[in-house]
Amino acid sequence: MSGAVEATGLVKRYKEVTALDGLDLHVPEGTVLALLGPNGAGKTTAVSILATLLQPDAGSATVAGADLLASPAEVRRRIGLSGQFAAVDEHLTGFENLDMIGRLYHLGRAAARARARALLERFNLTAAADRPVKTYSGGMRRRLDLAGAIVAEPPVLFLDEPTTGLDPRGRTEMWGVIRALVGRGTTLLLTTQYLEEADQLADDIVVIDHGREIAHGTADELKARVGGERIEITVTSPDAVEPARLILDRFSDGRAQVARSRTVTAPISGGPGAFREVLAAIEEAAIAVYDVGLRRPTLDDVFLALTGHAAQPSEEAEPNGEAS
Amino acid sequence: MKGLLRLAVDSHVIAKRNVIKIKRVPEVLVFVLISPIMFVLLFAYVFGDSIAIPGGSYREFLIGGIFAQTVVFGATFTGAGLADDMQKGIMSRFRALPMSRAAVLVGRTASDVIYNVLSLAIMAITGLIVGWRLHTGPLEAAAGFALLLAFAYAFSWVMAYVGLLVPSVEVINNASFMVIFPLTFIANTFVPSENLPGVLRAFAEWNPVSAVTQAARELFGNIPPGTPEPSVWPLQNAVAYTLIWVVAIIAVFAPLAVNRYRRRP
Repeated sequence: MSGAVEATGLVKRYKEVTALDGLDLHVPEGTVLALLGPNGAGKTTAVSILATLLQPDAGSATVAGADLLASPAEVRRRIGLSGQFAAVDEHLTGFENLDMIGRLYHLGRAAARARARALLERFNLTAAADRPVKTYSGGMRRRLDLAGAIVAEPPVLFLDEPTTGLDPRGRTEMWGVIRALVGRGTTLLLTTQYLEEADQLADDIVVIDHGREIAHGTADELKARVGGERIEITVTSPDAVEPARLILDRFSDGRAQVARSRTVTAPISGGPGAFREVLAAIEEAAIAVYDVGLRRPTLDDVFLALTGHAAQPSEEAEPNGEAS
Repeated sequence: MKGLLRLAVDSHVIAKRNVIKIKRVPEVLVFVLISPIMFVLLFAYVFGDSIAIPGGSYREFLIGGIFAQTVVFGATFTGAGLADDMQKGIMSRFRALPMSRAAVLVGRTASDVIYNVLSLAIMAITGLIVGWRLHTGPLEAAAGFALLLAFAYAFSWVMAYVGLLVPSVEVINNASFMVIFPLTFIANTFVPSENLPGVLRAFAEWNPVSAVTQAARELFGNIPPGTPEPSVWPLQNAVAYTLIWVVAIIAVFAPLAVNRYRRRP
């Protein structure tokens, strides 16, 4: 029953905003939970509370067996945290950063140095080890930041949006690094705005919005609710939206919905074959289209399917899901 | 590891990190050192002939004031350094580590003493060039510098607290000017406090910056013979009054700052 992370009824309010509104989390030991949601959904707040950076207004939690409120110092000994904004010192070298963190975990001088060297090697940063971090690329910084989080080999790891802002290559690299980590039995709670990232890395996904859980399940379960691939049609005239929606509805496994003005989207299976059939039907109905695409579901689609509205403050859509 | 030992070890790690940063960004140090030189030269040559010090020279009088002003300004670095750490997110990393809750602040205030040692050294040399002299023995002179450093250290805890309260380096630089300028000018730093009008004079006489300035002048032997004894207790007992402030400031602001560090998101 007791997992590596157990949180019950976490609440955090700022003056008018309720950042967390009674969130429960259960992460069994050695598994990966992704907290999926748009900006402002409360993901960072949840991680900050579990990493002892913030005090919840209500609720309780244990992390790696230590009670969050009663013994935060004990929690800090058992966790690693890597934030959304790479929290490494840009004037120090990669080695100096990791060495410092090791010392602050009280590994001892020799052990901290050895550990820093080993991690730099493992994260493919040895060549840059003695260069100030400000000369690093975004992906290198993220890897160093992640290395900093695992200096003390903590049983529980929190990663807050580990790939936000990385280019697709940096993202893929980061995924590889994270997978290798998890393979060693670390329990991981990660936050992300990307359904694909949650799909790639997590055993279990909690979708949150406005500080509340709105869905919970494996990637497959969520996809079953959202549909696998989606077809998206943008029509040129507002009058064509409804006819296009009706056509999509015929071919869709789920329901076609109006995503934005003049854009209709629906889950579809059958890949390019089904895609061609839809195109033919659109042609037959003489609907003028501006754009038609087939793509994998994004956070927006999850939100559409689960709540009927788009993820509210999402600035970034999934960048690498286009297949049109 | 037990509390105090852990505090010492962790603070040392943090201080070491800050020292590395001083070496990596020498531009900061250059400006830290140039501004006191500029102040010494400006005041010595611009006001030097228009402000009369009975029985002595203005340049001898000036140096104690410049010393005091510069070390108080130096405290801004403590606040700016902490604000910068928060902006960059590394503070969150520190706060999630199982390290002493006071170490980031103790390490920071300790490493910032280096700025003050260096700027005092540069100012002393500049002072010697423009005609300032020590008229006392090495022990008294050393006591003078030590007192200035102690006051600077205490004041850096004030700015540490402010640095944790405000969101950015820019804000702290502006906010500290609003506090530090009046504090260092409504004092006996640049003109004898007797020359100031009513309310300002009372403020100046009880201002700890005046006391540390007066104490430095006494310990360096920069008070001309025949100068009348100050009329208020703080300036009559400048060393004791300064030390009281040093203890009081640390006693109030160190716990405030540490508490703020614990709670800050």
